[in-house]
Amino acid sequence: MATVPKQVDVGTDYKEKYGFFVPEEYVFKAKRGLNPEIVKEISWMKKEPEWMTKMRLRSLEIFRKKPMPTWGADLSVIDFENIFYYLKASDKQSKTWEELPPDIKKTYDRLGVPEAERKFLAGVSAQYESEVVYHSLHEELSKKGVIFTDTDSALRDHPELFKEYFGTVIPPADNKFAALNTAVWSGGSFIYVPKGVHVEIPLQAYFRINAENMGQFERTLIICDEGSFVHYIEGCTAPIYTTDSLHSAVVEIIVKKDARCRYTTIQNWSTNVFNLVTKRALAYADATMEWVDGNLGSQITMKYPSVYLMEPGAKGDVLSVAFAGKGQHQDAGGKMIHVAPNTTSTITSKSISKGGGRTSYRGHIKMYPDAKNSKSFVKCDALLLDDESRSDTYPYNDVDAENVTLGHEATVSKVSDEQLFYLMSRGITRNEAETMIVNGFIEPFTKELPLEYAVELNRLIQLEMEGSVG
Amino acid sequence: MADFEIRDLRASVEGKEILKGVTLAINKGEVHAVMGPNGSGKSTLSHTLMGHPGYTVDGGEVVFKGKNVLALQPDERARLGMFLAFQYPVVVPGISMTNFLRTALNAKRGYDGKDKSKQISPKEFRSMLKGELEVLHMDDSFLPRYINDGFSGGEKKRAEILQMAMLKPEIAILDETDSGLDIDSIKFVAEAVNRMRGPELGVLIITHYTRILEFIKPDYVHVLVDGRFVLSGGPEVADRLEKTGYSEWGDVEDKPEEVA
Ligand SMILES: Nc1ncnc2c1ncn2[C@@H]1O[C@H](COP(=O)(O)OP(=O)(O)O)[C@@H](O)[C@H]1O
Ligand SMILES: [Mg+2]
Repeated sequence: MATVPKQVDVGTDYKEKYGFFVPEEYVFKAKRGLNPEIVKEISWMKKEPEWMTKMRLRSLEIFRKKPMPTWGADLSVIDFENIFYYLKASDKQSKTWEELPPDIKKTYDRLGVPEAERKFLAGVSAQYESEVVYHSLHEELSKKGVIFTDTDSALRDHPELFKEYFGTVIPPADNKFAALNTAVWSGGSFIYVPKGVHVEIPLQAYFRINAENMGQFERTLIICDEGSFVHYIEGCTAPIYTTDSLHSAVVEIIVKKDARCRYTTIQNWSTNVFNLVTKRALAYADATMEWVDGNLGSQITMKYPSVYLMEPGAKGDVLSVAFAGKGQHQDAGGKMIHVAPNTTSTITSKSISKGGGRTSYRGHIKMYPDAKNSKSFVKCDALLLDDESRSDTYPYNDVDAENVTLGHEATVSKVSDEQLFYLMSRGITRNEAETMIVNGFIEPFTKELPLEYAVELNRLIQLEMEGSVG
Repeated sequence: MADFEIRDLRASVEGKEILKGVTLAINKGEVHAVMGPNGSGKSTLSHTLMGHPGYTVDGGEVVFKGKNVLALQPDERARLGMFLAFQYPVVVPGISMTNFLRTALNAKRGYDGKDKSKQISPKEFRSMLKGELEVLHMDDSFLPRYINDGFSGGEKKRAEILQMAMLKPEIAILDETDSGLDIDSIKFVAEAVNRMRGPELGVLIITHYTRILEFIKPDYVHVLVDGRFVLSGGPEVADRLEKTGYSEWGDVEDKPEEVA
């Protein structure tokens, strides 16, 4: 648990003095709970412009008024008053290696995660020493006019660009958790790719990782200007240990005419975390948005990456994998909102449930009257590894346009005896054969990942199948 | 006692009795052919020997290397030195043939993910694979493909023999490897099997037709009808079947020389 570091007593008249402090002399005192004062403090700590402070406060109001979602997973156990909404990196760093659950340590061992990286992932250190890589990359990107930074810095250093787009894709009133995020956000990534620029190598949060961009309420904003391309990768395959029980991020993406954006996530939070994330992209004429979304960790995930197909020729893809082990519920899927004619979308969802774990596919395809000649195809495949596990699909289709094509395919299967026998007849043990079949099942997902992620994902599935991951 | 002994083996599928007492002794170095009409229980024999969970053993025993084979899991049987070339090889999506072959080979060598010294080196693996592919007249374009996925009938059967060549079993059961193959493919398969023949390998060729036996000469031929051997002898038994078919054993419609 976080022990609160040395504090400066700011006195009882703090509120009156609000805004007149010399920041160097002040150490922010971490407090639990959520109220306008805390929100103001966060904004003040970050030296934000007034419009952001106001937006945060307005969002807090919205958060309070909005009811909890009653569908999906049971969220009633979240105690919003018992959460630290803002912690400085130095406050987070107080866990020790010894305090980590043995399962997590074992998994790092088995995955061969290097020492420095482990400490970061486990929250023992706030910074992962990859700055060298990042700096040379950063120089190259700057030459092309690409901005790749954390969201807090972006607000400070690129205020115009930031204000033009922030909150335009996912307004605070969108849903309760988007409102919460907008009120208390911290960290996340900001990317701007200028017209016609193709960023050849995937940008990874990992390059410039610090405790804040893997924080609880990170906020990511990506703008792909006309004809540009970028692939952004968030998360990592190794489990991220945190004692924070709520992770509620917002990701907003704008893909302009002829541009393409791919956003890859591998989420492997420790299994105490509620992972409630809103991800949405706007795709304009002939633009392509691709969400590649893997959910392995957390206790509960509710995440439905969406694409609004705003202009003719826009294309949206969601390719997702969910693995639910004992005590986990992965409620994931996708949303495709066809606004303009000749737009296309596909959602491919693969889920694996094991040891009583539960996966749900929840999807929404909406075709507005203008979306003539549009196409959408949804395919959900669920693999159940035992009889205690569960999988459901909740597809919603809403079609108001003429001349559209809508396809939906869903399968639920078990590991086939014939496949098992075949592999075992070659000397492969039952456990390894099952692991191979599971890895084969998610291969359409794995093959979209950069090689090192693919290899790690396969190894992680292997550990999950051995039951050695908590 | 023979190297591989099947004694009075009885087995059923879904409550239906299929094998009604099969006894057969195979020594390494020998090639035995089991011939029989469709539905006589040939695949039931091959599956029961390899331990398919859908087949129930009702009696008898199978002894290999001093072990009661029927008590072992299929993977244990394989690691002990048994191999089954499937009549209908199974498709496993998402796993490349290369990955499959390497995993199987490592399993056979006792690599359990820990002792890296037991793992086959990439170089050794590649050169082994290259040699065997040549014998089977296969090109390496099928290696990145998923296990049996979209393979033609001939490719599937050749891939089975490739696995056999890589895994080097001591007792190999070939279940209708010749069915559905054109004459060239049969020759390639036979050539590969003949190369493996020798004092370290005992073979049980299960077939419906006599044709493959022209290329792989058996030492013994057994005729299976309705779950029992009705005739056993030398290669002359195959010649006799070529002429008269299975008709002398009653109401059996098909002839062995007909090619599918
Ligand atoms: N999985 C099964 N379920 C039900 N009956 C089966 C099954 N497999 C085989 N049989 C039956 O067992 C008998 C023997 O089949 P099989 O061993 O496949 O014969 P062969 O290989 O000689 O053609 C047949 O009557 C067949 O219908
Ligand atoms: Mg058969």
